[in-house]
Amino acid sequence: MIRIENVSKSFALHNQGGAVIEVMTGATLAVAPGECVALTGNSGAGKSTLMRMIYGNYLTASGSIRIGDIDVASAAPREILELRRTTLGYVSQFLRVVPRVATLEVVAEPLLAVGTDREAALARARDLLTRLNIPETLWGLSPTTFSGGEQQRVNIARGFAHTYPAMLLDEPTASLDATNRDTVLTLIEEAKGRCAAIIGIFHDAPARDRVADREVDVSAYTPARAA
Amino acid sequence: MTETMHSEVAHRADERAPAPLLSVRDIRKTYGSYVGCTDVSFDLYPGEVMGIVGESGSGKSTLLNCLAGHLAPDRGEVLFDTRAEGPRDTVTMSEPERRMLSRTDWAFVHQNPRDGLRMGVSAGGNVGERLMAVGARNYGAIRESATDWLGRVEIADTRIDDRPSAFSGGMQQRLQIARNLVTGPRLVFMDEPTGGLDVSVQARLLDLMRGLVREMGLSAIIVTHDLAVVRLLAHRLMVMKSGHVVEAGLTDQVLDDPQHAYTQLLVSSVLQV
Amino acid sequence: MTDQAYNFAYLDEQTKRMIRRAILKGVAIPGYQVPFASREMPMPYGWGTGGVQVSAACLTPSDTFKVIDQGADDTTNAVSIRKFFERTAQVATTEHTAEATVIQTRHRIPEAPLGEDQILVYQVPIPEPLRFLEPRETETRKMHSLEEYGLMHVKLYEDIARHGHIATSYAYPVKVEGRYVMDPSPIPKFDNPKLEMAAIQLFGAGREQRIYAIPPYTRVVSLDFEDHPFDPSKADHPCDLCGADHTYLDEVIVDDAGGRMFVCSDTDYCAGRQAAGHRGRLSEEDAA
Repeated sequence: MIRIENVSKSFALHNQGGAVIEVMTGATLAVAPGECVALTGNSGAGKSTLMRMIYGNYLTASGSIRIGDIDVASAAPREILELRRTTLGYVSQFLRVVPRVATLEVVAEPLLAVGTDREAALARARDLLTRLNIPETLWGLSPTTFSGGEQQRVNIARGFAHTYPAMLLDEPTASLDATNRDTVLTLIEEAKGRCAAIIGIFHDAPARDRVADREVDVSAYTPARAA
Repeated sequence: MTETMHSEVAHRADERAPAPLLSVRDIRKTYGSYVGCTDVSFDLYPGEVMGIVGESGSGKSTLLNCLAGHLAPDRGEVLFDTRAEGPRDTVTMSEPERRMLSRTDWAFVHQNPRDGLRMGVSAGGNVGERLMAVGARNYGAIRESATDWLGRVEIADTRIDDRPSAFSGGMQQRLQIARNLVTGPRLVFMDEPTGGLDVSVQARLLDLMRGLVREMGLSAIIVTHDLAVVRLLAHRLMVMKSGHVVEAGLTDQVLDDPQHAYTQLLVSSVLQV
Repeated sequence: MTDQAYNFAYLDEQTKRMIRRAILKGVAIPGYQVPFASREMPMPYGWGTGGVQVSAACLTPSDTFKVIDQGADDTTNAVSIRKFFERTAQVATTEHTAEATVIQTRHRIPEAPLGEDQILVYQVPIPEPLRFLEPRETETRKMHSLEEYGLMHVKLYEDIARHGHIATSYAYPVKVEGRYVMDPSPIPKFDNPKLEMAAIQLFGAGREQRIYAIPPYTRVVSLDFEDHPFDPSKADHPCDLCGADHTYLDEVIVDDAGGRMFVCSDTDYCAGRQAAGHRGRLSEEDAA
């Protein structure tokens, strides 16, 4: 489902004397449907950078990143937008939404965007919010006013609303209590059960051990910091 | 990270059309020896919102005016996918056709609402003008549409007979949007739509525009120097400097991983809140 | 009293030819405003300089000329213009509508129907009907050429929104022969239906340097909304002198106690009816 081949990345800092920083080279990785791969490596090894490249958020210098039929490294913006809408989900660590939109709408939105019937989308959103212990009294409010933990759970509900065939998870269990952490891990297992290919970053080792089938240490792709 | 936003504003399934709504080819506009903009080409698809950023004098407004038919470019094509006849070059089409487009399928939101509103005409009359321009002749129906649109842009219907001069800046801008969208256009040009508004008013306006863009499946081209505005509204981004497009791509990619020196400077110059 | 120092009808022949060309063009394109090189006339702008130039270009020595101002033959403006042409053209003048071949009018159409052998010349202050909503001449010309007339209805919309009905009661915009929207000069909207007539109608705006025309039997439609149709209303009274209930009336205050009377604004028409024996409410007392 996800095939990453010989991917490299560098940042050219034009406003700092044109310094070029090589951050990744030769990264190669494949994830099959129903498989969960955990990225490991020290802070700064490039886990998040790789995730962002897969999502199309960072440009890829060379190599290919295939998700289904699309090579993110060379796709047109329109194709990437379409990929993100239908195929590739991303659960980041932080919720960023527009003010004034109700939580229930925020969670249901990815479903509405792929043409799901409104009632069915809202039903799914209610179900996820219930499972993640967001009190019903908050559903009509904008999540911008919520606590950090609540925002994180709303973010996860939103990320899991649509059944994406490929998913990127960036620290999905960070700052969650035991109950909610368990719910999130169950959601990940359910996603694997329906054959989603998943790449995740988990600092939480027991969580990683529970859901990840394999680990890939991205430090292997970090160029030696000679410069 | 902004990924949550982008999936939210992505197209709906039923709007996935193979043909671009607007194809811009090699547009160039000079003022004497001064280059307004040059070598600009891009495709805009139905439901897409594109931002154009750059500092004052970068040529972004010149470009917008060329695209919207307000300025005649020296060179290049602006192909618009018309309802009746498919793609037509709006640069070479006759003026009556172009003006007809600009009051039916196109909308233009000016930075200064005074440029886009009739200040001596009531709010209802402002909204109704485009309807009357395309032949609406039933007062009751026109008034009903006007009331509906004032509601959509969050202006109380009790203000329908007030003139825009009695409105605040934010209300004037919302009225301008209602006036433009009442005929159900497919392409909206916006020139610094939030310029000159204070921050809370801006947020409300942006949220409103996002909602309307999504609900109506609009395509839009937004010229601004405000990166927060494009992050919120635009799927794609073009960065202009000295009349040239120096960088283009997905909005979050351009803002989070800028490649060109000027874009890096622009992104790093934004105050973090 | 004549003055041989002037060419016939005051203007020189070249100027009259220029104006006639503009008139012919106007007749050929009903409702279209034809620019012309308006001359300085020996009267101030606003006193009918446009109408006077059109009349001068139309008059021949055998014509009979009539001038009305708000329907009356005996007001200052009407008297001075009539005298002007008596002196510079030596044409016969009359107060009787039926006898006149050229009638110059300010703000009225005579009540009696006009015939094919008559010319009605209007004095026009502002020929552009779109002017109050769109001040740019370049833009209004473009709107005319592209038939973009939505703005005209905005004006009527504003009327209804503010007053509950179309309150424009004079200079009511019309569409001529399905093409040009035209300002019929500040005639009362009561007169609008009469714009479809047998006589040639010529409009002259001196200060604005525009001439336009409605040829005989041209379709002239007053703009309106489906649910607010055009209504050529008038004061709900009969004439107090001749008893007519189908004419446009002037309201006249007759004393310091608020007493008032309504009389036909068309003085010739009213006098004709009285001579024929028609009587109104105040005929006996106020006939003098």
